[in-house]
Amino acid sequence: MTLVSAALSDLRLHVVTGKGGVGKTTVASALALALAQSGKRVLLVEVEGRQGISQTFDVPPLGIDERLLVNSGDGELWGLAVDAKAALLEYLQIFYKLGRAGNALEKVGAIDFATTIAPGVRDVLLIGKVYEAVGRTDGPRRGQGACVWDAVVLDAPPTGRVGRFLGVNAEVAGIARMGPIKNQADSITRLLQSTNTAVHLVSLLEEMPVQETIDAVTELRSARFGLGLCVVNLVRDPLLDERDTDLLAQTADLEASIKADLDSVGVRATGPMVRGLLSQGRDHADRILLQDEMATELAETGLPLIPLPALVDGVEEGGISVLAEILAEVLDTPLASAP
Amino acid sequence: MSTSPHLDLDALIADRGIGVVVCCGAGGVGKTTTAAALGLRAAEAGRRVVVLTIDPARRLAQALGLTELDNTPRPVAGLTSGATGSLDAMMLDMKRTFDEVVEAHADPEKAAQILANPFYQAVSSSFAGTQEYMAMEKLGQLRAQAERDGTWDLIVVDTPPSRSALDFLDAPKRLGSFLDGRFIRLLAAPAKAGGRAYLKVFSVGVDLAARTLSKVLGGQMLTDVQTFVAALDTMFGGFRERADVTYALLKEESTAFLVVASPERDALREAAYFVERLAAESMPLAGLIVNRLTTVSATTLSAARALAAAEQLEEHESGASVTAALTGDLLRLHEDLAATANRQRAHVSRFEAAHPRVPSTTVPARATDVHDLAGLRAVGAALGRATA
Repeated sequence: MTLVSAALSDLRLHVVTGKGGVGKTTVASALALALAQSGKRVLLVEVEGRQGISQTFDVPPLGIDERLLVNSGDGELWGLAVDAKAALLEYLQIFYKLGRAGNALEKVGAIDFATTIAPGVRDVLLIGKVYEAVGRTDGPRRGQGACVWDAVVLDAPPTGRVGRFLGVNAEVAGIARMGPIKNQADSITRLLQSTNTAVHLVSLLEEMPVQETIDAVTELRSARFGLGLCVVNLVRDPLLDERDTDLLAQTADLEASIKADLDSVGVRATGPMVRGLLSQGRDHADRILLQDEMATELAETGLPLIPLPALVDGVEEGGISVLAEILAEVLDTPLASAP
Repeated sequence: MSTSPHLDLDALIADRGIGVVVCCGAGGVGKTTTAAALGLRAAEAGRRVVVLTIDPARRLAQALGLTELDNTPRPVAGLTSGATGSLDAMMLDMKRTFDEVVEAHADPEKAAQILANPFYQAVSSSFAGTQEYMAMEKLGQLRAQAERDGTWDLIVVDTPPSRSALDFLDAPKRLGSFLDGRFIRLLAAPAKAGGRAYLKVFSVGVDLAARTLSKVLGGQMLTDVQTFVAALDTMFGGFRERADVTYALLKEESTAFLVVASPERDALREAAYFVERLAAESMPLAGLIVNRLTTVSATTLSAARALAAAEQLEEHESGASVTAALTGDLLRLHEDLAATANRQRAHVSRFEAAHPRVPSTTVPARATDVHDLAGLRAVGAALGRATA
């Protein structure tokens, strides 16, 4: 067992991934908010140009500069939408002092090439920007002074692409065996594989997301990334208990008995209504059974399972704060993950 | 609730004038399942169908008999007896597709040189947009084969789970403009005879750019890129033409785009974006499929009445029947389902109000996931029935 870190709250970089549609952005946002409310300065970063953060926090679209989203007294939550092109120009400026040359590259289409077509370069740039934020200090040079961000939360690409996204080293290995791109990729990989970083997986209790989560756990472990939580999103409490499901499966004359119950409280129950209620009940019982199986499969990954409830009104109307409160409870949970 | 026209999918797949159906939508909405279910339903209704899937879930792939990724359509076994049509399915292998393009367009010696180039190997398996470009390339190939041999009369395409929803529309154009651009000529120049002289054609800025590239990329990578570009030089026209042809095919009336969404705010917002982009590109949108809509079976019972009845039942605990607790729980379950259904319908209504001319249909949620042909057939039936 490799100890990722003493606790969730000690991590410098949180990478949040999951199958498309499971609520990665919601979970990343709730986690970032929980960290900020615990008194940290937190940067929440998205890299896919979807403006998910601005939608979640109901603020205008984020630009290429960090913006304050929530000021929670002690802590602060800032948001950033990383743009590959801006990141490249900034990178060229910082590392090569290429003011005019950067423009020349832009003019001949080299920037477009690097950010949209060249293999891996786009990912190196996007994650390079995250790397820069994690290591940014307020001193005169990198590494001097205090860290600007206590924690960075990355709303990462979905599980299908995250291995390639984080595996920047392997990605550029084929094209840059030495030189500056290779060096940058090496530094990024060191951070990603360090005990300062954990990858959290978001899943649902449905077959396809669970399968993808398990596949991703295997892939990420073999690539030596530390894993954090498995957040199970949109969990619905079972509305039928064991006694109910037994009755549904066994009792003869269920229809007549339920009709009588309904009549006793003044509901004029018709045959179709009673059969409808029963069929809804049986579907729900099947769903509960399936969810239990799925939870067991997820538990076998060895990751701590953190259930988040399905919110009736979605994440609007302060739903994010509700989820953040739940995640705040686990910030001090020790994390351990089998390599 | 619906003011939008109905999307009649049975009529769509019966229409012999439709040769290509493209399913697009955000990740996780059931795009691949929808494409496969439509393909199966069309085949059992007499069409000769090929389904091109990009990245199917393992069990769905097994349901279609796609046990290996060999980049060739394979017949799907298990169609209903008496089905006059046929169903083939394939899973896209993007590297293989790219290799085949190279082999088809370059002489053997040059092809070997390209295939061995490290930059090509990286490009063909991972460059942003390769999957989208190769999906379009494969679509073009299938279409050509269908026209040549009469193998299929309907191609159903699932689109890649892109970082931005419509990358598959943009990727071919992007590749085309890149291949046309000054940058590629700049890269190709030094590898040609008299490279320096060639460079003089450009402004001083280009020279500066070349030096900068060498500094940033490192000399070795630049050399690989240059060799690659020089080797590909003869094929550029072919790439662009094919991309243009496929793009034009997508605009034809024989193509139908289906946008798939789940009845949630984010997925419908993405769907709205798709619909608007398709309109802006003059792509033929057939309509919206709202997948996995929560529905109630006890339709005549309102949520409020169910909740009130459940509370009443719980008050009279003494002397209650054996099933009283169950009945109460069933009523609460009904209230919960009805509330979810109402919320989802409100999301859908909002979409319909904003896009009143987009035909739409809904597919009810299923208790379990699909992993066999029977499951796909049931989804297909729901897709068809929903329009009845």
